Amino acid sequence: MSDVVEKTLSALPSLLSLDSNAGAGKLSSTSKLGNLIRGITELTSKHDEEKLIKKELAAIKEQVASPNTTMRQMKEIMVRAIYCEMLGYQASVSYIHAIKLAQQGSVLEKRLGYLAVSLFLNESDEFLLLLVNTVLKDLQSTNLNEVCMALTAVSQMFPKDMIPAILPIVEEKLTHPKEVIRRKAVLALYKFYLIAPNQVQHIHSKFRKALCDKDPGVMTASLHIYLQLVKESPESYKDLTVSFVTILRQVVGGKLPMDFNYHSVPAPWLQIQLLRILAYLGKEDQGTSEMMYDVLEESLRRAEMNHNITYAILYECVKSIYTVYPKAELLEKAAKCIGNFVLSPKINLKYLGLKALTYVVAQDPNLALPHQMTIIECLDHSDIIIKRATLELLFRITNAQNVTVIVEKMLEFLRQSSNDYSTVDLVGKVAELAEKYPFIKQDPLNLCNGMQPDIPNNFLRLLAEGFDSVEEDRQLRLFAVDSYVLLLQGETASLPQCFLQVISWVRTKVPIGLFPELSRYIFPSILLIFSYYIFSYYDVVLMFSFEYFGSLDTVLRQRAHELMILSQDAGLRGRVLSAEGRLEHVDSSLSFLDGHVSEALAAGAAPYKPPHQRQEELAHEKALSLEPYGLSLPVSLSTCSITDRLTDRQSPTRLSISSSVSGNSTELSLKGGSTTLKLDGVKRVWGKEGYLVQQPKEVVEETPLPPTELPSPLGSFQSPVSQTQTASPGPEPDQERQQLASSLFVGVGTHHSVCLMGRTEAAPQRFRRKPKGTGSSSGTSEHSSNSSHSSSGTAAGNTLDSTTAATGQQISQHALGHPPVNGNPIVETPGPLPPVRDGGVAAEIPTGHTDSGTLADPNEDPVPVRPRDLPLISHLPAELSGLARSKLTTLCPGPDPGLALSSCRVYKEDALVLVVFVSNNSDSTLHRVALRFTSKQLEVLFQTNTTFPIRFSENLPLTVSTGEYGKMWLSFSHDVKQNLRLITAGDQSPLTATLDTLRDRLHLHVVDIIGSEGIVACRLLRGQPCLLHCRVHADSLAVWLRSPIPEFPDSLLYHCQKALAEA
Amino acid sequence: MQFMLLFSRQGKLRLQKWYVPQADKEKKKITRELVQTVLARKPKMCSFLEWRDLKVVYKRYASLYFCCAIEDQDNELITLEIIHRYVELLDKYFGSVCELDIIFNFEKAYFILDEFLLGGEAQETSKKNVLKAIEQADLLQESETTFASSCVKLIL
Repeated sequence: MSDVVEKTLSALPSLLSLDSNAGAGKLSSTSKLGNLIRGITELTSKHDEEKLIKKELAAIKEQVASPNTTMRQMKEIMVRAIYCEMLGYQASVSYIHAIKLAQQGSVLEKRLGYLAVSLFLNESDEFLLLLVNTVLKDLQSTNLNEVCMALTAVSQMFPKDMIPAILPIVEEKLTHPKEVIRRKAVLALYKFYLIAPNQVQHIHSKFRKALCDKDPGVMTASLHIYLQLVKESPESYKDLTVSFVTILRQVVGGKLPMDFNYHSVPAPWLQIQLLRILAYLGKEDQGTSEMMYDVLEESLRRAEMNHNITYAILYECVKSIYTVYPKAELLEKAAKCIGNFVLSPKINLKYLGLKALTYVVAQDPNLALPHQMTIIECLDHSDIIIKRATLELLFRITNAQNVTVIVEKMLEFLRQSSNDYSTVDLVGKVAELAEKYPFIKQDPLNLCNGMQPDIPNNFLRLLAEGFDSVEEDRQLRLFAVDSYVLLLQGETASLPQCFLQVISWVRTKVPIGLFPELSRYIFPSILLIFSYYIFSYYDVVLMFSFEYFGSLDTVLRQRAHELMILSQDAGLRGRVLSAEGRLEHVDSSLSFLDGHVSEALAAGAAPYKPPHQRQEELAHEKALSLEPYGLSLPVSLSTCSITDRLTDRQSPTRLSISSSVSGNSTELSLKGGSTTLKLDGVKRVWGKEGYLVQQPKEVVEETPLPPTELPSPLGSFQSPVSQTQTASPGPEPDQERQQLASSLFVGVGTHHSVCLMGRTEAAPQRFRRKPKGTGSSSGTSEHSSNSSHSSSGTAAGNTLDSTTAATGQQISQHALGHPPVNGNPIVETPGPLPPVRDGGVAAEIPTGHTDSGTLADPNEDPVPVRPRDLPLISHLPAELSGLARSKLTTLCPGPDPGLALSSCRVYKEDALVLVVFVSNNSDSTLHRVALRFTSKQLEVLFQTNTTFPIRFSENLPLTVSTGEYGKMWLSFSHDVKQNLRLITAGDQSPLTATLDTLRDRLHLHVVDIIGSEGIVACRLLRGQPCLLHCRVHADSLAVWLRSPIPEFPDSLLYHCQKALAEA
Repeated sequence: MQFMLLFSRQGKLRLQKWYVPQADKEKKKITRELVQTVLARKPKMCSFLEWRDLKVVYKRYASLYFCCAIEDQDNELITLEIIHRYVELLDKYFGSVCELDIIFNFEKAYFILDEFLLGGEAQETSKKNVLKAIEQADLLQESETTFASSCVKLIL
């Protein structure tokens, strides 16, 4: 049939475009509607259409008002009014007449009147009240058609308050001899139930009668009500389970009249409705579920795969099977059925297959395994809907091992997505995962940087919501703040808004006293932001400080106090700034001490220096300088030995890299033995093909390290996905997919309790490949590995020079404690390698990869920072910490004392993981670390360039002459124009007054003022200038800003606006 | 079902039925957004969309798009079949339906829809019954017209 339709419909546009009315004329050549429609079709511009419709509406208005218009004409007018409404023009003048038509017209006019009313009016419309009497009259009419119309109208919309007026009559219709009336009455009651459930409570027994109606149509209609009822309280309708099961059995068995068949499937709508009801009834109820197993199985069996409609039933059936109390046999059959969906070439079925899999994997993630490759394919599908569904599925199979890959995929999607709704949803999911698996928390951070501006905002919202719950673990809280601070740094353009937002958020969401614990986490970070922008947000700082003065928490009080002093004392600020060049280097808030202090206080340790004492000291010194802070550091370090994450964040960044090296032998640790594996100079000699000829490959890896002042070095996180993907040198797409599959489905469906390293799924994957390749023929094999590490710090501002003696010593202690032991590689006899646990995973591991000479990709695991007083070993990922491991070996003491490389091996059940720690022992910040692995087996290739956000800390006056200004002006590319408010002050001209205000408040340098124009200059601390050209234009100041940095003018402009607003 | 829209390939609305009350402004916004979204999709793409918090099921018949919005729990495939059944009904009623039939006789298309779906739920799934109901009403109209005219004659 559809072919016919398509054929006819496809001929249509040509007909329409023809000027002749050959097609249309036949239909209604004379009617006014026909003329109107044709007129509209011929028009090309929206404007013409508007004009024509306006004319039409005016005509309608005139006609309806005329007393001479007959009902018959009125009907015609209504049709035109409906048409106008459809085009998006309000024909409100005809509303009342539509009601009138329904009221007074003959049956044929009445029908259109009702239709017009249902199209024009909303449930809440007051006009509807006028319809109640008409409906009442028609319901009582002896004309069946009128009753039908009234019931149809009522089922579409009816004023809630008037239900009691007609309810008895509608109820009466339930016993009407005509089934069509009964059916409509049931649907009217359904509508009543939806809009006012308590009004129809007393007639539940009548619903049962409808359910038992001899007409299948009426029974089907009653199921709408039952679905709703059962959904709301399944408990009250358990007794009906048998009835529903019986009905379904009869339907499936083909007991209904042929009329109800749809494409030779018996009453599919009825079946689906019943399946949904059964799902609600059987949910978490074994007894009830057992009653329906048979019929569910039968529907599954009966529905042959031949038409969409059977797929619809199957889909519903599978959904029900997976909702009710599980029965293994049935689940299996359903899963098999879903397989057909997923494998179907039809995209609609594929989509539903993915959706169904999300139900399926909730029961048993194993079931996703057979469809791995399809899922991977769908992940790259051109249709975003399929992609989205795939991500949803992946979200459900997340475990500790694949979470990073999945999150990465989600982020990838987020970057491309423009759909608000799915973005919010997905960001929520990422946040949820981040909460569940704290170790991936760095990831969402990367995502926020460089994404559309609304995403960070959504993220903030989510974080804020997260904060409502008291039991949130502190890691997440910390993460929230961290990420936000990082966000702020990344989003220079939208920064001020974000900044104010976060303040208000903190103030409203985190009342002091309620969450003292929480405040302690947040405060340092907030202060950190403050310290960047302290000068522009003077008043806010003050307000904030005052608020915290009242705090009972000495830590917070002190922090607030310090901030206050810093913001008030320009001299001090100058010193601080000049001392370091960058404000960030002075942790003015002393937030890095926060952890120590709180820990110490909690443990009842050394008392904290009270604020007033500090104040006295400050009074003596007249200024807060860098010096005391430097001194205070070791003091507080000595007072508490335990550091918490806050210290972590503030301490100089260290990067640890753990590599997982695969080998075909597992090694046992010889604890305390002198035969630790010597890593230097030992080559990996065994590969898939046996002995490997060495051909060193050099791979450069760059890992950017965030500067110290970042509360958390989150930016440095390298996701394994990018590693694994870039690691394979030009692999075939298939391989790539298989690799992806193995990383996505790792851990899915396995009952293996040992967690692989959180971020190194890829490595263990490849590891398993090897035993496969060698066929585990070698029970004993020699494992050797060679990683020669050379480290070089590339300075991007701050180099890796060590600055403090104290920290310099620390690494040497480590070195002493764990001297490198050079010995033979350990050879040991492990038991037979465990068989690859799940065929699905193993099968996907690319073997071709091995042929290319790459055996293992060490998976860098940058354990970002560590407190300096904890041994490195404590930074092992949590999954590894419980396992046997070798001693920590310093790999290369190196000429650079600032950077230390050490490694240790961790023996997992099925893999040897080589963890390489790269730590920065200096006080300064690592900006880039280049790691080069020279090994045949190593094929690491990834780079990340983190661009450091410009920190708009302070504008310094840029003293230039007018001539220089002119030259600079021409050389700058980024400009912004904006009008600013002028300030009027007593005897000065408005321009001078305004510029002076800017000079005073923002430290801008007024270069020159010529007539109504003025030029102003300033620069950032780092030296990048910004030039302003101001001209008085009417009542405002037209400002034109230029700078080499794109964000700077915007930012400066904001500050100017603020400064002027405050003046 | 929340609403059903019929629109042409040019994005012109041909039929709209809202089963959940919406403000006029919102209706326009939804229509505009959805028409844009659906028209932008390629022919080989999936017929289902996740749109806001709803699921949208659409199908194209020649130059006409049929588009339904359903809730999360609803079955997409059966909605696709509802669309198809509606097209079947239109086809049967108009006798090989074309877009022009719907443009010029949209009120008839509405009547058929109301007989088939009521309050957003499939009311009568038997094709025969739906058409019977429609024909009955139509017949009645005609007979009434003749009745009226005969009355006039009688009076005269």
